[in-house]
Amino acid sequence: MKFTGRMWIFEDKNINTDQIFPGKYTYDPLTPEQMADHAMEDYLPTFANEVKKGDILITGKNFGSGSSREQAVTCLKAAGVAAVVGVSFGRIFYRNAINNAFPLLLCPQAATFIFKNKESLKDEKIKVDLVEGTISIKDKNFKFPSLKGEALSIFKAGGLLEYSKQKLKEK
Amino acid sequence: MIQKIISNVSGIKKPEEGSIVFVEPHRILTHDNSAAIISKFRTIGARKVWNPEKIFIALDHAVPPPDEKKAANHKKIRHFVNEQNIKYFYDCGAGICHQLLAQEGHVIPGVVIFGSDSHTTSHGALGAAGIPIGRTEAASIWAIGQTWLKVPETIKINLEGELAINVFAKDVILQIIGKMRSDGASYKAVEFHGSATENFSISERLTLCNMVAEMDGKAGMFPADKITDKYLENRALDPYKKVLPDQEASYISEESFNLNEITPVVSKPHNVDNVSPISELSEIEVDVGLLGTCTNGRNDDLEAAAKVLKGKKIKKGVRLLVYPASQTVLLEGMKSGVIQTLVESGGELAVPACGPCLGAYGGCLAPGETAISSANRNFKGRMGCKEDTSIYLGSPATVAASVLEGKIVEPPKEVF
Repeated sequence: MKFTGRMWIFEDKNINTDQIFPGKYTYDPLTPEQMADHAMEDYLPTFANEVKKGDILITGKNFGSGSSREQAVTCLKAAGVAAVVGVSFGRIFYRNAINNAFPLLLCPQAATFIFKNKESLKDEKIKVDLVEGTISIKDKNFKFPSLKGEALSIFKAGGLLEYSKQKLKEK
Repeated sequence: MIQKIISNVSGIKKPEEGSIVFVEPHRILTHDNSAAIISKFRTIGARKVWNPEKIFIALDHAVPPPDEKKAANHKKIRHFVNEQNIKYFYDCGAGICHQLLAQEGHVIPGVVIFGSDSHTTSHGALGAAGIPIGRTEAASIWAIGQTWLKVPETIKINLEGELAINVFAKDVILQIIGKMRSDGASYKAVEFHGSATENFSISERLTLCNMVAEMDGKAGMFPADKITDKYLENRALDPYKKVLPDQEASYISEESFNLNEITPVVSKPHNVDNVSPISELSEIEVDVGLLGTCTNGRNDDLEAAAKVLKGKKIKKGVRLLVYPASQTVLLEGMKSGVIQTLVESGGELAVPACGPCLGAYGGCLAPGETAISSANRNFKGRMGCKEDTSIYLGSPATVAASVLEGKIVEPPKEVF
């Protein structure tokens, strides 16, 4: 699976799930599309209006730390974000992403390269190949570890709900 | 220790660190988010939960419900509980999920507890592996009874020495997070060891393990000991066998802390690892204090605050929100006079629940306000408003001392 997208560069470390999807909305029954309207609201309020389908986030250390709220993943996915390339991710956020078949690409080398050269790169597009595990920007290429085992099966099934559906049928 | 627990539960003899195993939990905890989880459960196509005696639901995150949407969530959950014969359901007012899970004897040593709440790490206080997960996973566990786990590496934290009289478990864990940072335990379990752990009560252990979530730990654990046994006597709902770390257990890293060197501290805005001794702060005026939450809403917490506030009034113009962690805590506090003291000093007593900790209701901040809170997170906007607000985290005694003075101060030593 290959795709190319515009970049949003979020270099700050510890961008947490409260900033990605504020706690005050977590117990309102919202559709994924409604959640997308609040994506990144407490970090960059203009994001939800300006994000386009296929955009890719480049994030700093420990992106998605904090609460277990899954809407932090759902809102980004519904907003059209195709993938997040990061230095590192919060644990529950990472699990939630696998369970929603949302690609988080652990690639500190690519993220750090983009942060260092953000002025010259900010209008460039980034290419991702999920199968090969590669990220390309201009003439630079980076590798990231692809998913393995059960995590890969869940991702391939289209998320844990689909995966569990199959498991339930097998029972 | 977590490897041994996972081995017991999964039936795999020596699961290697980094390998993925499937685990059936002793309990799966959910709260108001059960409403969303029910929808996901139906999407999977499941009709019956895998085991109605393993599912624990407590309503606490928006209690009593502040609007019709949240009231409708609760109604949907009650209906599901009846339909599925869920054995352990705690309705509005009983208390906070983590407090109830421990207090009502659901947590025993040597088991895995999954919870669709990041502070499920709390349950390591009783020698269990409390592991936070998301909503989709909770739905999947309700349906098929298990989920996948990567067997984590473990960090050992040694605690030695004694705390000064105005320094508390909260100061200890904030100090630890300040040193280890917000991602210091990512994907790893944390075990607490050292002679000082023998002096920590279960309530204090819950405070420490609760906040392991703030360094992204997968679990925070105290090996079970005689304090654990004493707490569980006449409380544990099931028989248990302790699972202790091997003498030769390997750890990925070790950290040591001398409790004698710890002073009252706070986490400054907007990250929990932004820790500073109170003595080094410039003057920080506060508008509101929050006393309670799953981190620090138990009887010893309220009592410490009451000792500071006894016979005094909080500063004019400052508010104090009091959220006991459970109805049992509230009743005990009424009997002991602690609640009387807190209310007489100017505290606003609320129904046992999460309150404004997560900003959904019950005492949210206004633009420009500053809070001193005994909760576990101080992220920007966390208490419902991000416009120029600040949240400082400290011990219950620090919260009490600060609302008396109207600015952040150390708890006085002479009252303890």
